[in-house]
Amino acid sequence: MLGADVRTGESELGLYGRDGSVLRGNADVVCLPTTTEQVRQITEICRNHGRPFVARGSGTGLAGGAVPVAGSVVISTAKMNRIGEINLDDRIAWVQPGVLNLDLSRALAPVGMHFAPDPSSQQVCSLGGNVANNSGGPHCLAYGVTTAHIAALEVVLPSGEVTVLGGIEADPVGYDLRGLFVGSEGTLGIATNIAVRLTPNPPAVATLLAAFDDVSEGAAAVGAIIAAGLVPAALEMMDQRAIEVVEAFAHAGYPTDAAAVLLVELDGQPAGVAAATQTVTDVANAHHATDVRVAADDAERALLWKGRKNAFGAVARIKPDYYLHDTVVPRSRLVDVLDAVYAAADAHDLVVVNVFHAGDGNLHPILSFDAREPGALERVHAAGRAIIAASIEAGGVLSGEHGIGLEKRDYMELMFGAHDLATQDAVREVFDPDGFANPLKVIPSGSRCSDSFSQHVPEGAWV
Amino acid sequence: MLRFAREVGSEGPVAVGGGGTQASSVNVREVTNEPRVVTAPAGVWEYEPSEMTVRCGAGTTLAELDAVLAAAGQMVPFDQHDDATVGGVLAVGHSGYRRLRYGHVRDLVLQTRHVDAAGEVVTAGGPTVKNVSGYDLCRLLVGSVGTLGFLAEVILRCVPVPLAQRWFTGAGVDPFELVAKLYRPSAIFADGSDVWVLIEGHPDDIDAEARSHAMSAMTPCDPPTWLPPDDRYVARTSHKPSELRGLLAGGSIGLAEVGVGVVHRATETHSIGAPTSANIALMEATKAKLDPTRRLNPHVRLW
Repeated sequence: MLGADVRTGESELGLYGRDGSVLRGNADVVCLPTTTEQVRQITEICRNHGRPFVARGSGTGLAGGAVPVAGSVVISTAKMNRIGEINLDDRIAWVQPGVLNLDLSRALAPVGMHFAPDPSSQQVCSLGGNVANNSGGPHCLAYGVTTAHIAALEVVLPSGEVTVLGGIEADPVGYDLRGLFVGSEGTLGIATNIAVRLTPNPPAVATLLAAFDDVSEGAAAVGAIIAAGLVPAALEMMDQRAIEVVEAFAHAGYPTDAAAVLLVELDGQPAGVAAATQTVTDVANAHHATDVRVAADDAERALLWKGRKNAFGAVARIKPDYYLHDTVVPRSRLVDVLDAVYAAADAHDLVVVNVFHAGDGNLHPILSFDAREPGALERVHAAGRAIIAASIEAGGVLSGEHGIGLEKRDYMELMFGAHDLATQDAVREVFDPDGFANPLKVIPSGSRCSDSFSQHVPEGAWV
Repeated sequence: MLRFAREVGSEGPVAVGGGGTQASSVNVREVTNEPRVVTAPAGVWEYEPSEMTVRCGAGTTLAELDAVLAAAGQMVPFDQHDDATVGGVLAVGHSGYRRLRYGHVRDLVLQTRHVDAAGEVVTAGGPTVKNVSGYDLCRLLVGSVGTLGFLAEVILRCVPVPLAQRWFTGAGVDPFELVAKLYRPSAIFADGSDVWVLIEGHPDDIDAEARSHAMSAMTPCDPPTWLPPDDRYVARTSHKPSELRGLLAGGSIGLAEVGVGVVHRATETHSIGAPTSANIALMEATKAKLDPTRRLNPHVRLW
């Protein structure tokens, strides 16, 4: 490979065979390019050798999108971590895909800007990964998901050509191929330079914690806040078990006897934020909140968020492994689906902890288990299937944030009909007719007339 | 919707008609066989204010949609003619005059159902505010002017109607300073000599901004009567927001949306964009996959 870092050492390859999911693949060649031209050359060599490739950001994906299958060469963007031109008139910055999400926002702080999508993994996840997954985060109810914050993408296409999709001008000509590329999970090519939209930092912020001794009151309060004409910057909910676990770990001052807590963040200008804070307080009290606390300063605000953002890590205190689910349901059905989640966990003798972006109905049931226990993983998958089915039945979707990847590929038929999937596949074929870019991900096999590579999850990969 | 799908059928050239309000925005070519014209179903079919989403037929007029949402204090900020249809606005893909605050019109769409060239209904996206399940065909359809499929039904995201709206105007003011110094102005217009600003939000916050240094040369005014869309503008051009500095300094070019990059022109400016050859290849291939006989809106030319 030309000039790029290439890894073939046994001990390192194990890391690259995995991402944040429970899936494992097989990495035998890992490249770490630093330039667009190197990425282009690597994909050309892959094509010439008949090898597919999979791009990898930080490997924090939870659906197996970065797990190499079918002999894919791993192209890691970790060394492509430069921030380029920042243009305040255009309100964009060009960044390489390996730049980390939170690092980008920190780098923009001196000009009073940030990058709005803030996944919980933002300290670690990369912009390239955010593009591939159309990442969300607590602030996306108010600000939109990643696609709304990407103006243009320089991509290396599976054909080896380099092109720019979208543009900085107001209305780029023709089809929104940029919009199609965002969320395509590495199956349409590799983004090598990203023009991100900058969001001005709000002059005023208020963070509140409201406690409820009844989950359905908390959920009803969520709907009432929206119906009152507010769009909070974040509206997060945690159930009792989540509160207990988080409090033991983060000591954020969460009330451990509450059935549920709502963490609400409001931002904007001072008068609007003050009025909204009062409205949220009134709504919470109208729904029998046992306590409503407004953070007095930045330190207290950071502490309240510390609790929420460490929920996943804290779950390890229950049992060593966890399976994190990701579905979205209409807010009005949150309580019903929550009941179904508890029922599914009980039926399979599992502990479940619930944290969610209540503002947009994005549920994250966390099933806690010990993978060493015989049969545990099967029970986890069975419970997972029940949770997914209940979510879709309630009018929800398959994934709010984590994407389809490998993990949910075979559930796509629960949400889309055969013709819908065939249409998606047709579009994929436009970009990647020979199946080089991250094969076997997103679309279930059988939707295509032919697959160049194996139809089944291959040897060495376990699910 | 099935009636609409049957009407579209699977053979012969076919075009979709909306409110006919954006005909001047679309480049057309001569066609040998005149296409039949079909219209998408209309009606607001599902609306839950606490979900902030609304499901409606693509043939629904903005007037009808606005009325339903306004009753609950919400809106979808299309800002086009009352007679325009939801499907037409999305198909053409031009954002309204408040794009500076509310973003591009494409980001208002959550789910689409369209009728494809085979006369079949295809669903893309999902009913919830957040969704990343499969390819984002919704974004592909917005701005495709019906050439990849005819929108039949959409689910849109709604936003609260702001508490207050105030317009301000001033002469000889630097509009780019306003972009930099105001928090989230909804619109900033400049024509080379005068500047107009729309600020929406809590009345006390608007007052505070009006008193700020950046606004010292601006005075309150009535809402302009010339807001686009309007018959006086016969063309619109698309630029980088940063390019407007040079364009405006060069003299009167029309009405510029500062911070956005759109210029509304009173004189005909015949322009059609020229994408790169790689992108043309991708777009042609997309069209060929989704409409192999090129029967959908054959008279429309996108590049």
